[in-house]
Amino acid sequence: MKIQITRLAASLAMSLAALSVHAQLSIEITGAGAQRMPVAVTEFAGAAGVSKALGSVVRSDLERSGRFNLIDTSGATLDENSLPDHAAWKARGADALAAGSVTAFADGRYETRFRLHDILKQNVIAGQAYAHTSAQIRTTAHRIADTIYEKLTGERGIFSTRIAYVVKSAGRFELQIADADGNGAQAALASREPIISPAWSPDGVKLAYVSFEAKKPIIYVHDLATGRRHVVANFKGSNSAPAWSPDGKRLAVVLTKDGASQLYLVNADGSGVTRLASSSGIDTEPQFSPDGAFIYFTSDRGGSPQIYRLPATGGSAQRITFDGSYNVTPRLSPDGKTLAFVTRDGGRFRVAVMDLATRQTQILTDTAKDESPSFAPNGRMILFATEVGGRGVLAAVSVDGRVKQRLSVQAADVREPAWGPFNP
Amino acid sequence: MRTAYALSVSLIVLAALSGCGSQPAAPEQAGAGVEDRNPNAVATTAPVAAATADPYALAALKDPQSPLAKRSVYFDYDSYVVKGEYQALLEHHAKFLARNDQMKMLIQGHADERGSREYNLALGQKRAEAVKKALQLLGAKEVQLESVSLGEEKPACMEAAESCWAQNRRGDMLYSGEF
Repeated sequence: MKIQITRLAASLAMSLAALSVHAQLSIEITGAGAQRMPVAVTEFAGAAGVSKALGSVVRSDLERSGRFNLIDTSGATLDENSLPDHAAWKARGADALAAGSVTAFADGRYETRFRLHDILKQNVIAGQAYAHTSAQIRTTAHRIADTIYEKLTGERGIFSTRIAYVVKSAGRFELQIADADGNGAQAALASREPIISPAWSPDGVKLAYVSFEAKKPIIYVHDLATGRRHVVANFKGSNSAPAWSPDGKRLAVVLTKDGASQLYLVNADGSGVTRLASSSGIDTEPQFSPDGAFIYFTSDRGGSPQIYRLPATGGSAQRITFDGSYNVTPRLSPDGKTLAFVTRDGGRFRVAVMDLATRQTQILTDTAKDESPSFAPNGRMILFATEVGGRGVLAAVSVDGRVKQRLSVQAADVREPAWGPFNP
Repeated sequence: MRTAYALSVSLIVLAALSGCGSQPAAPEQAGAGVEDRNPNAVATTAPVAAATADPYALAALKDPQSPLAKRSVYFDYDSYVVKGEYQALLEHHAKFLARNDQMKMLIQGHADERGSREYNLALGQKRAEAVKKALQLLGAKEVQLESVSLGEEKPACMEAAESCWAQNRRGDMLYSGEF
């Protein structure tokens, strides 16, 4: 049950729908990592309102990652030039400390500076300065959080990335793009008909998706900056499940022009359609491996839907999943080593991961209607759609299953998430 | 559900049907904005046929007593096999199509909400395709038929219960002018 709106309530819901366009995804943390590094982020000095807002975004980014324990910094007055009292911060429990300031200029612009200190080694491990406008406070804070995250964990941070997802309110579907923390949502497309399967181009400039606005599924590629789009596949029958090649030049798609759902390759401009594989049953949900060598997909050729892969140049398919009678929606981690998918287990659909080297599988969630897993570009978290209280929400889980978050929009169904790539 | 099929959209689908496998031109379109798909007026006049014994005349399509009034074939969970009980219904529709060359049919396959949206879209396509194949075997021509899938996106029933899911696992047959 995805959305329940009675006819009587429909007109009311329509007026609420206008509001929900601007409603933010709100994030709730429902689980945290076991070993969290204690970090202090002191209030940024300088321009009062801006510095407070900025520091709070940095802290909530780090907190949300589930990898840090933000320690209390009350009473501390530091900026990027201060030499912290290492012994005192060590006594407070901090392993690292970030301090900075915001300077306002007469033309309305700002400069934000910060330094990151290793409290245990007593040295400076990062320092940055950013010139920005008041509209870029959150962006700047995400960059600072990314730097802190990378210096302390050795992995790139994902706080500056974006996510795409579909919001369904009464009789209206919107393809929205938001920051990874759910802020700043903008609608790229609104329609009365369903929109599914958004897929980011590797450069983060375009989205491919399937829209039913012509009463049948048609694949589009949509340039986010300009809002312009073009049809990539509109053949007889259904056109769906677009997946970008790592070089962004081609898409693997599912067409039914020759009968059942089968895999094809098509250039991003819609030209040069070639068939990739043939089976007597369903082949769908193609996904390139990050090195471009393989295409993973779902097929019922063995009698039940399972995950297979075949060389991207064509050839014979190899079955990947064997446990259970329903394993679908293959998604490769950015390093190509882990496969996330949805598995059915006693009527529950849950997100699982398989280590492709050992074939060891682990179920990550305890929800029942999981769909559409999508890796963060650093491979640390998996974003997916699920249902809570009869309503579609997005959730995120770390690949070790420990960190859990939930993202929801008031009075609407959220589904079909896709985590965008790193910003160049 | 059917009331949602606006005239402007029917034209698009008709155009797609006449294309029959060739890809229509893909003009650049502005992405923002929502088209109002509500028709302004859908009242049309039609000649009223005199009572006729021919059960496959065009007028039979509008006759609620005709076997042609039934338009849905229902499927088992995870299955795209047309059950024997629908043979007679499909025969009537195939005969109607064979008799009325100019009529086209859009077969829309549906799935219940459980599991992957894309897999359900493929399942709906298989169901629509199974209905199409059955109609062809019974005398309808390939050029008259297009099978598409709406997957789990257009449920007829919205409760999370088997009685409801069963209504959503179906193939719907729509004739020219109805889609």
